[in-house]
Amino acid sequence: MISLALALVLFGSLSLAASPKRFAIVFKNTGNPYGEKMMEGFKNAIGELGGTAILKAPDQPTVEAQIQMVEELIAQRVDSIAVSANDQDALQPVLTKAAREGIKVLSLDSAVNPQSRLVHVNQADSERIGRILIQAVAKMIGGKGQIAVLSATSQATNQNTWIQWMKEELKNPKYRQIKLVKVAYGDDLRDKSVSETEALLKSYPNLKGIIAPTTVGIAAAGKVLTDKGLKGKVHLTGLGLPSEMADYIESGVCEWMYLWNPIDVGYLAGYAADALVKGSITGKAGESFKAGRLGTKKIIKVGDGTEIMLGDPFKFDKQNIADWKKVY
Amino acid sequence: MEPKTIISRKEFNLKQFFFQWEWMLVLIFILVNTINACLSPYYLDGRGLLSATMTFLDKAFIVFPMAFILILGDIDISVASTVALSSVIMAVGYNAGVPMELAMVIGLAVGTLCGFLNGLIIVKFKELSAVIVTLATMITYRGIAYIILQDQAAGKFPEWYTYLGWGYIGGVPFILVAFIVFAIAFGLLLHKTTFGRRVYAMGTNITACRFSGVRVDQIKLIIFTLAGLMAGVTALFLTSRMGSTRPNIALGYELDVIAMAVLGGVSTAGGKGRIIGAVLAIFLIGYLRYGLGLVNIPAQVLLIIIGLLLVLAVMIPNLKLNLRGKQPQMQQWEERRKIDKTI
Repeated sequence: MISLALALVLFGSLSLAASPKRFAIVFKNTGNPYGEKMMEGFKNAIGELGGTAILKAPDQPTVEAQIQMVEELIAQRVDSIAVSANDQDALQPVLTKAAREGIKVLSLDSAVNPQSRLVHVNQADSERIGRILIQAVAKMIGGKGQIAVLSATSQATNQNTWIQWMKEELKNPKYRQIKLVKVAYGDDLRDKSVSETEALLKSYPNLKGIIAPTTVGIAAAGKVLTDKGLKGKVHLTGLGLPSEMADYIESGVCEWMYLWNPIDVGYLAGYAADALVKGSITGKAGESFKAGRLGTKKIIKVGDGTEIMLGDPFKFDKQNIADWKKVY
Repeated sequence: MEPKTIISRKEFNLKQFFFQWEWMLVLIFILVNTINACLSPYYLDGRGLLSATMTFLDKAFIVFPMAFILILGDIDISVASTVALSSVIMAVGYNAGVPMELAMVIGLAVGTLCGFLNGLIIVKFKELSAVIVTLATMITYRGIAYIILQDQAAGKFPEWYTYLGWGYIGGVPFILVAFIVFAIAFGLLLHKTTFGRRVYAMGTNITACRFSGVRVDQIKLIIFTLAGLMAGVTALFLTSRMGSTRPNIALGYELDVIAMAVLGGVSTAGGKGRIIGAVLAIFLIGYLRYGLGLVNIPAQVLLIIIGLLLVLAVMIPNLKLNLRGKQPQMQQWEERRKIDKTI
């Protein structure tokens, strides 16, 4: 038995020398359709590049589990790790360790802090997303009333940045009759998002609008508003998957919402990881690289770190949802 | 299994020695490692295997007092919430300007206090079972943590504090060294002291113990307080590994901890189990997870595998008894109940 094991180990290390480069992606949790699509895009890109993709996601959206997964990836000596973080700072020690071992680290969708990564692949400008969501809800509720935000986990970096920009946009005097009463956290779990929505409706009977910048949250809120017959009384917008939201958009519970293509986010991260591993980019601002069917992408400076932007958020409404719900 | 008698030292019996559950664990452990080594070429790597211990030992500190509690025939499901509360208060204290050393002591004190409260309620209100009491405190403790931090994170600890969770002593993770020290301490306490012997006796027949003058309430109180203290220790290590803390830290750890103890041969019916078994089970589950993680098994499949292992672990000792024509556990239980009644 032991000799068999040894033989396999030897075989393994021999075949290693000639094997293709291995690119890992760690998403927030399993059973998240948005994440599945992102990982699919990542896998497609790595496939086009001739590498091996390793897809990982913990069963709970906790950073503890993500730390463990990164440790496992370090031990496997993968060439690159792309992570969508459950916590901005908590992954720093383990990602620094990965970087010390020569692994190229990047984040996508939900960033880690700039010290822990070479570059971050972002769906769209966070400022634009935050501001557009407020503009949308303001239009839906006719410029006055109470609104609430239903987010994912309190530590999801992307969500928090958007919420910050929402608050920034709300400072504009034209929104003085709109009041953000609460930011609730559904932890990207369906049942918690449902109960958080119900709690919002109970605590704020005059609530006019809900912004859910998370695919799990907006679908849960759509369900609650439909079940309670609150269509037209409480408005809903945010970021959601067309396939999951089609019913609510068609019924009018959610008049319109936004998203980018998560497949493309993963795809872009795949090409960025490959460019980092090949050494054609190092993650510094000003560099650019070819990202397959997406064309040439530039690295820009955002805050203390650098980012690669996919593009603007896309609006889904009654007119176009029928086409998009088949795509993703 | 022979009728339980409280004797200071069992006579050595070679056959019995090799029929122990711990040997079964050693066998499974070797099997798991062989399979892992076959599955992944990266598994047999000294450095990787050592650093892997860091990922599962943080929760392992609570397994020791949990073994004591299970041997008493009780259970404590509030330990993970205690970890969260003590971690949150430590972080909030530090962020409010308390020096880190003092904040750590406060964290330990909070854990100990939580455990003491559990013990006090269980001892004072005997009609309440430990599972109900700790179910209530489980919700309460985490609830307080949520009230304090409200879905936010706290942290930005000093640089040296990361050493607890990430540091090495000459190539060996610090957390592993600490774990071994605690394992020896709890092992000695359970197997080599009068206190430990009384714990077994209480798990076998608490009424008899009470009538024999054993201060059962005091012992229970001490053990539940110890569980709180060790939850505090876990909070120190886990928070250090995470670098920051949130109210949902250590979510679901109580189940992992109980699973490790049960797989280690500690009976939830009380009176049975040893520290060495628990230690073996911790490493068994830890390396099983690590090995399957190395071949990137999906998270749900991993849960199923560990679940199956647990079912097996609780089945095998019973099967073994049946095969050897000894009394199955149920009969033994009924007999024990009869004795209880006659007393």
